[in-house]
Amino acid sequence: MSVEQFKLRMRRYNPESGDAPYWDEHTVELEPHRSVLEGILQARDRFDGSIGIRCSCRQAICGSCGVRINGEPALACHTHLEAAVRGAREGAIEIEPMGNMPVIKDLIVDMDAVHWTKVRRVTPWLINKQPVPEREYLVDHDSMVDVTQTMACIQCGACVSDCLAMEVDPGFIGPAALAKAYRFVGDPRDDRQFERLNDLAQDPQGIFDCTHCFRCVEACPKDVDPMGQIMRLRRIATSDYQIVDRNNGRRHEAAFTTLVRDYGLNHEAELLPRSYGGNSWFGKFAPAAGKELLSSLPVIVKGLLRGKFNPKTAIFGHKLRKQDLDAVRAIYEKVEGRERRYELNLYVTGSDEDAEAPDAKSETGTPSEPGATNEQVPIASGGAEESAGA
Amino acid sequence: MPAHDVLIIGAGLAGQRAALAAARAGASVAIMSKVHPVRSHSVAAAGGINAAISVDDDWRSHAYDTVKGSDYLGDQDAIEIMCSEAPAEVMHLEHMGVTFHRNDKGELDLRAFGGASMKRTAYVADITGQALLHVLYEQLMKHHETVELLEEWFTLSLLTDGDGRCCGVVARDVRSGRIEAFMAKNVILACGGAGQVYKPTTNGLIVTGDGIALAYRAGAPLMDMEMVQYHPTCLVETGILITEGARGEGAHLLNAKGERFMASSAPNKMELASRDVVSRAEQIEINEGRGVGPGGLGIHLDVTVVPRKRTLEALREIVNLGRDFAGVDITREPITIRPGQHYIMGGVKTDVEGRTPIEGLYAAGEVACVSVHGGNRLGANSLLDTLIFGRRAGEHAAARAAAVAMPQLDALPQLRRDAAEIEQIIARPREGRRVSEIKDELGEVMNRHVAVFRDERGLQTAAETVARLKEEAARAWIDDRGTVFNQDVLGAIELGFMLDCAEATVAAAIERKESRGAQFRTDFPERDDQEWLKHIDISLNGDVPQVGYSPVTFTQWQPEERRY
Repeated sequence: MSVEQFKLRMRRYNPESGDAPYWDEHTVELEPHRSVLEGILQARDRFDGSIGIRCSCRQAICGSCGVRINGEPALACHTHLEAAVRGAREGAIEIEPMGNMPVIKDLIVDMDAVHWTKVRRVTPWLINKQPVPEREYLVDHDSMVDVTQTMACIQCGACVSDCLAMEVDPGFIGPAALAKAYRFVGDPRDDRQFERLNDLAQDPQGIFDCTHCFRCVEACPKDVDPMGQIMRLRRIATSDYQIVDRNNGRRHEAAFTTLVRDYGLNHEAELLPRSYGGNSWFGKFAPAAGKELLSSLPVIVKGLLRGKFNPKTAIFGHKLRKQDLDAVRAIYEKVEGRERRYELNLYVTGSDEDAEAPDAKSETGTPSEPGATNEQVPIASGGAEESAGA
Repeated sequence: MPAHDVLIIGAGLAGQRAALAAARAGASVAIMSKVHPVRSHSVAAAGGINAAISVDDDWRSHAYDTVKGSDYLGDQDAIEIMCSEAPAEVMHLEHMGVTFHRNDKGELDLRAFGGASMKRTAYVADITGQALLHVLYEQLMKHHETVELLEEWFTLSLLTDGDGRCCGVVARDVRSGRIEAFMAKNVILACGGAGQVYKPTTNGLIVTGDGIALAYRAGAPLMDMEMVQYHPTCLVETGILITEGARGEGAHLLNAKGERFMASSAPNKMELASRDVVSRAEQIEINEGRGVGPGGLGIHLDVTVVPRKRTLEALREIVNLGRDFAGVDITREPITIRPGQHYIMGGVKTDVEGRTPIEGLYAAGEVACVSVHGGNRLGANSLLDTLIFGRRAGEHAAARAAAVAMPQLDALPQLRRDAAEIEQIIARPREGRRVSEIKDELGEVMNRHVAVFRDERGLQTAAETVARLKEEAARAWIDDRGTVFNQDVLGAIELGFMLDCAEATVAAAIERKESRGAQFRTDFPERDDQEWLKHIDISLNGDVPQVGYSPVTFTQWQPEERRY
């Protein structure tokens, strides 16, 4: 393949100069399938040795070279130049340091101040179930494959960089550290599942602080699915350990679920009463709901003025056709009717393409796990969840 | 001035294991690394870790396989220690939380690996090194009160006193540029190999032979430096590693005619012969025109014969690597690979406690040469080596710390020399060559002449080139004049480390006039036990490498012809 020219536009910052950050452009020559990191290193080797970036393995395993490319979080070594140039403005690939973390120099950020501090928050080591056996703990094969998905996190910080909840609430424990927490909660050798879950559920900046925006899922170069792990922590905390958190996260989530089941869509006027009073008629008068309503008034008014919702449907409910409502309820019956909860785990079930082409190779193409293929299930489709604990 | 019982340089598996062991033994410990610990190159080890834990297995079988794999150059006392202590070490790791994959009974599952007479490789998918490294780091976070972490500190030199004892190091804080002396009763070098001496290599950009060169400059002998492992399955363009676990799970190697060519050189083990054998067989196919891909420079690795679900579960990382770095779905089509520089069996000469001949200086892991790998390392023995000898070095250094006093040394002269060196690099005029040009030429010449097949002429060319590059490196200029994260100036220092390693490797390869393990001399194609069943030691004499020899230790196994 022939060499092409690529323009790299890098965000530079020299803390010793006293100057503000600035843009620096270099044109490099490489094959289009080479990585952005190789482009940066060529610029560094040929034009300016002072370009700062952490990097080592060049194969997306050491987690050093997390940056933002054209505004999106990525590993520089894991992004092809041809792909990056497609998303480029004015033909220049924009490379910036990661977000949500202080910049030290150029593309180098202070991960310890943010990322690792949050990792340390979740008691990130195994607390052994006693007695410790002489040989290995005997545990289920699938449980170890399951936690391998979070073990595969390379601590690159891409998800932290793009976490919207953390942008609003810097204290949020965040996607990477909570995925790390799942690695222990999901590990049958750990002795403190309840304590870990209760800790993370009661913390107002814990598992219920995630706003479900999926940014971390898209950002992760290793398919760790941090938000998915946070949702699993929630499900295990609420369904398996019956933890009722003081943030009301559990009931708030339950309110959404039952509202969609009952009305096919969110019913805005019912949300607060159900979140605080539960799914009953008397619940509508829960004092906490009134209090929350008062404090939420400015948000509600703002939403109304900006046309985020229609006051009529918000108060009286959306009207869906019966067949649509039935279709929604069928999904509920199917998911809730299962004996075991299904969780998405790429290591256990194989990748999404299996669902599209299960017969591509008849000998090996059909995963044997139940639920791994063609079923159309919202949110959680996939293989068996073994490690939730009961 | 900071002072510790045990100061560890390098925070990969050997370093972290040493730190935990020394701290557990009651020593005051600091662990220093030029990168954050989880960025260490141990993270890239994929396939697994060997241990005779199956009820049908015996550590002696593991030891014999290792001896045979080493082409009888490994020291058998050290190999016996490594293999007999392996099962307990793996169980210890399991208890720490390593998520080893399981068999149907819930026990550790084992996979086949090259040169092994049975399945004895425990694994975590194909991210075993990452899982081990991250779990050890979890333990360091747990024990943060007893192990001081010095992340992103670059070691510039070893401190030695008038009696030649090691008393600590001088290091530069990468983040601030501050230079400081660290006193220590014991220093353990655990900072990895020197893969960047080659281009391409599977090794990360940080693997620049720092520890080997630091010890060499301080007077320690290097051993088995001619033994450079080429891994049989690396991506053609970038040299990125495709784990041996793929062949362990059953993948085939095919030439342009679609033949499993290993049948001729290793009829019994086929693709699972030891790495030197497989890499040579591949190189012969390529040299004789039976290669695949552009220029016929590659070989096909066919993973499609492995059941797809198994591949996705146990080889997921190389599924990703194939997709992202070669544009190939390995579950549906063969991927093109070739042999590539991967590991150096040689390193700083140590005994089985990790002690170098310099008092107070230890080494463990790839930086060291015990020698358990001899002429050729078996796959999945390197993780084991780092952990067993990392632990032993940590324990021994902690015990020694209890018996000796903190060295009293005026570190200021050395500190000033190192600071002046950095000033001098920064001040160099912009004439001559850039550091990156010299590094590229070094990598290319090593990969051409000190590779799978070698001969006198090529090695002499390499020696002359390395000597010239050393002169050029002394004048190489850089751009960055700052102090904060001046990676440019550190790159110039690393280049010096790499050239020292290359010099020792070439000198040893010229010296060994036979073919054994990873050293295949086309001008001396036979193994010669009469003359060369001995280690070659290289030490620095003034400015030039000096050759010496050490005997190989035998316990149970006499040399035999090696067949797979």
